[in-house]
Parts: sequence; C-alpha cells; structure tokens
Amino acid sequence: MIRLRQLMFAVFFLFHPLTLLAVDTLVDPLDSPAWAVMHERILGNEPVVFDDRVTVMTPEFAEDPMNVPVSVTVNRLEGVQSIVIFADLNPIQKVMEFKPVHLKPYIAFRFKVEQSTPVRAAVKTSDGVWHVGGRWIDAAGGGCTAPGAGRLVDNWHETLMNVTTRIWHDSGHLQRLRLRIMHPMDTGLAPGIPEFYIEQLNLRDDSGQTMADIQLFQPVSENPVFTFEISDEIKSKVITLAGTDNNGNRLDAVIR
Amino acid sequence: MLVHAGDELDYRLEMIQVADDTYAFIGEKEDFSRSNGGNIVNTGFIVTDTGVIVIDTGPSLLYGQQMREAIGRVTDKPIIKVLLTHHHPDHIFGSQAFADTPVYALPGTLESIRGEAQGFLDNLYRMVGPWMKGTRVMESVRVLEIQHENIGGHALEYITMSGHTAGDLMVFDEKTGVLFAGDLVFHNRALTTPHADPGDWMAALDRLLNMDFRILVPGHGELSSSKDAVEQTRDYLLWLESTIRDAVQRGLDMNEVMQIPLPERFQALAVISSEYPRSVIHRFPVYEEELLQ
Ligand SMILES: [Zn+2]
Repeated sequence: MIRLRQLMFAVFFLFHPLTLLAVDTLVDPLDSPAWAVMHERILGNEPVVFDDRVTVMTPEFAEDPMNVPVSVTVNRLEGVQSIVIFADLNPIQKVMEFKPVHLKPYIAFRFKVEQSTPVRAAVKTSDGVWHVGGRWIDAAGGGCTAPGAGRLVDNWHETLMNVTTRIWHDSGHLQRLRLRIMHPMDTGLAPGIPEFYIEQLNLRDDSGQTMADIQLFQPVSENPVFTFEISDEIKSKVITLAGTDNNGNRLDAVIR
Repeated sequence: MLVHAGDELDYRLEMIQVADDTYAFIGEKEDFSRSNGGNIVNTGFIVTDTGVIVIDTGPSLLYGQQMREAIGRVTDKPIIKVLLTHHHPDHIFGSQAFADTPVYALPGTLESIRGEAQGFLDNLYRMVGPWMKGTRVMESVRVLEIQHENIGGHALEYITMSGHTAGDLMVFDEKTGVLFAGDLVFHNRALTTPHADPGDWMAALDRLLNMDFRILVPGHGELSSSKDAVEQTRDYLLWLESTIRDAVQRGLDMNEVMQIPLPERFQALAVISSEYPRSVIHRFPVYEEELLQ
C-alpha cells in the first residue's frame, strides 16, 4: 500500500536532483538495465511509483516464446485511466495500451518475447501518476523474429479478422468476456515478412457508449485471445466490437 | 554433482539388473540441466544369445558412448539392434554412438524426428551445454515394421501405441516379463505433455492395466513391479485434463490455471512445480479452441 504522503514524496523526488535519496517505491524492483529508457520512451518521464497493487502474472519460464500468457490485475486503485503493458528487453517493447473505461482493470492475453525480460504494466490514474507493477520472465528466445505458425499453412487470409467470443455473465460468478481474432500479428522482424498487426479495438454497449479501447502492438501473439472482466453494472444485452489493422482491414462483430 | 569447466564429463551411469539378461539405466527425476547433462531418462538393454538389443539411447552422443561402454562390461556380445521408444530428445540423441547398428522406430516417431529433432538439439545444446559435444541429428533411422520377433531365445513383442507422442513403442519380453513402457508411464515424476493426446494416452494406459508384466521400466522414475506406476500416471493425466478443461470452461485465464493448488497426492511428484505450468501452456489452448468454436 502506498499512502498519499509517500506518493507526494515520490513525485517530489522524481523531479529532484537528489534522486539517490528516493524512497523505495522509486527504485525499480526488477533492477532492469532498460528502466530509465522505458520511463522516458513509454511513460514520457511522467511521475511513476512502483506499486504492488498492480499485479502482473506470467509463468516463470516462457515455454512457448510465441505465446507467453500475461494477466494484469489492478486492485484497490481508484481512477484507472489507462494500462500500458510493455517488456523492457523486447525488440519492440510496447505490447498494448488498454483503457478499461467501463470494464474492470483486468486483462489477460498472450504475447511474444525474444529473450528474458521484465514484463510490466503501468497504470495511469486520474492524478497523472503511473503505478507500475511487473516481473521477470525467463525465456530461451526467438518469439519475435520467428514467423507465426499460421504463416506455415498459408490459409490465414481466409479467416482474417474472424471473431469468436464467449461471455460469462452470471451474477455472483466470474463475469468475463473472452474473444479471439484471427490475425497473423506479424512483427516485421521475421525475415521477408512485413509488419502486419491489429492496431485498434473498441468495445461499445448497445447505446453506443465506449466500454473499452485497446491499442495493440506487434508483440501481441498470432490469433490473439483476450479475456476481459465485466460487472453487474453492464446492463447492455449486446456488445459491439470494432477494429482495424495497420493495412486498413476492418472488423465488426456483435457479441451477445 | 556440479560441473566446472575442465572437469571430465562423466554420466557415471549405474546399471541395475531388472531380470535375467535385462538391464536398465535409471536417470535423475529432474529437468535438463548442466549438472545432470540431460541424464533424466531411463534406458535399457536385453542380452540375447544372438546379441544385444538396446532400448533408447539417452540425450547425447556422450551418453550413448558411455552406455555402450557399460554394456561392454556386462557382455561381449555384439549390439545388433537399437529401438527408440519415441522421438523426445532425452531418448534419441545417443543413437550416434550406435552408428554401426540399425536403429528402429515407429513411423510416427520417424516423422516427428524429421520435423523436430534439429530444434530439440539446438535447445539441448543451450540447456546442457558441453555434454552435447559432437551430437548431431542421426540420419538413418529405419521403420520398425514387425510386431513380434524371436531373437536369441527372447520372444519380443513390439507394441505400437500413441498418446504421449504420435508414436510410442513399448517392448515386452515374454521370456522375462519385463515391459519397457517408454514415456507412456512416468513413476513418481510429473508427466511431460508437449505432444500429448490425452484420449490416446488414456487408452494406452487402460490397455497397460490389463497387461501381465512382471516388471515395468518407465521412461522416467523407478522400476515398478505392480500396476502402481501405471495407475499413478493415469490418475495424474485424468486430473490434469479435467482440471484444465473445467477451468477454461469457467472463464479462468492461463496464469490463473497455473495457480490452481495441486492435490496432495501429486505434491511429491518430482518436478511437478515446473511441469504442471508447462502442461497448462500445452493443454489450455486446446480446450480454449473447443470453447471458442
Ligand atoms: Zn517423452
């Protein structure tokens, strides 16, 4: 738990030249060689605290570097605006930006890693502070620079942007939405295969209100599967999903 | 055993006599590491009047060579045949040490070797390093086309199964009652499932429950003179599949499934804390695919 005073200290020290005296929430607990660069490039050098209310789950070891499961959960943190997920030592670090709007601040999906790396979630709250959680994943390598499995069968274009979904919406149980979109999600790093990936997804309720916005980047796995958490507040009978990839292909789907 | 640069690499293979004419090398119940050199597997051999039949060859050329030396300390009969139970790297890469002997495997095993052996080998070089020195993918594995054979006084039955992989060979010696079960049976060690077909695997285990053998040599773990090892493998496989399937259907994500507590009866299985999450990674997408049809 981070108390307000600690937080004020944190913000103060971040802009203070004597950062050596910083409280421990300012020291990267993952001791990553790339943290300073991540802070600048991905979080724009904005105020940051390392915060254990942001939980990142992955296995210890990336058994399949093309499909590393990551789950991000945010607990007891008010005013969540945006969740940015990134991997410091990947050739393409930024994996996803998720604005949960009316969904719970939880997401699970799979992504590609190229080598052992910190995997982090940075959660921006309405006061402008990034709350960062994360962990190391150990990997043998090769997830970003290898062609996807679908590339080997070569019929991926027949199902491009097809969506399949499943919804769990019983009050009192786990209330979740799972969706899969067929797409090669090419990083552009495999020889001879240009980057080709879904860039944007948008979920709306039946009154047209945005429920969530997701910006995807190249490291998200082929044929991505996302799990979201919904709540009783969502009365909408129908959820619509819209999206585009970097080649201008569109998807529109209705989830009932 | 810790290995330092400059140390002589020695698997210190210790054979145990399983029955008359029949021996096994029992590996560690561990993951691949630089300290075990990949000796995490059971291999064996049968000394017939005509010559020696080798069953699986271990993870490296060095293992194959040291296995061959150990066999030479028991018999001066020639090695006449090598059988590979399936294509997994810990079972096949010593074959190079038997290059003067025909090596046989099931058709499914051959196909998998063609597709995957090079990748396995690259991984093993990374995981066990110097122990792999000189090991290559062997080119000439032949298709095992017979189901029975009488060699030098031993009536051998070659039983074709699948489930752990696409081709799982078991070798049963009617003379001694010894069954080399390959990786269809693990004993006090968690199963590995990267190529598993649980339906086929269960069918194979059911058949094993009805077989009369005296001693079973599992692919990993201690020998078994009862059906215990078969039942343990079956129990864990059933639990694994029903747990993962059920969790997918309830909407859990992959990391949450990895956090599911293990039943007490499986907690003592060697390497379960690393094998169970691996199995989730292998099996979750299969059930997710069913869910998202
Ligand atoms: Zn195996």
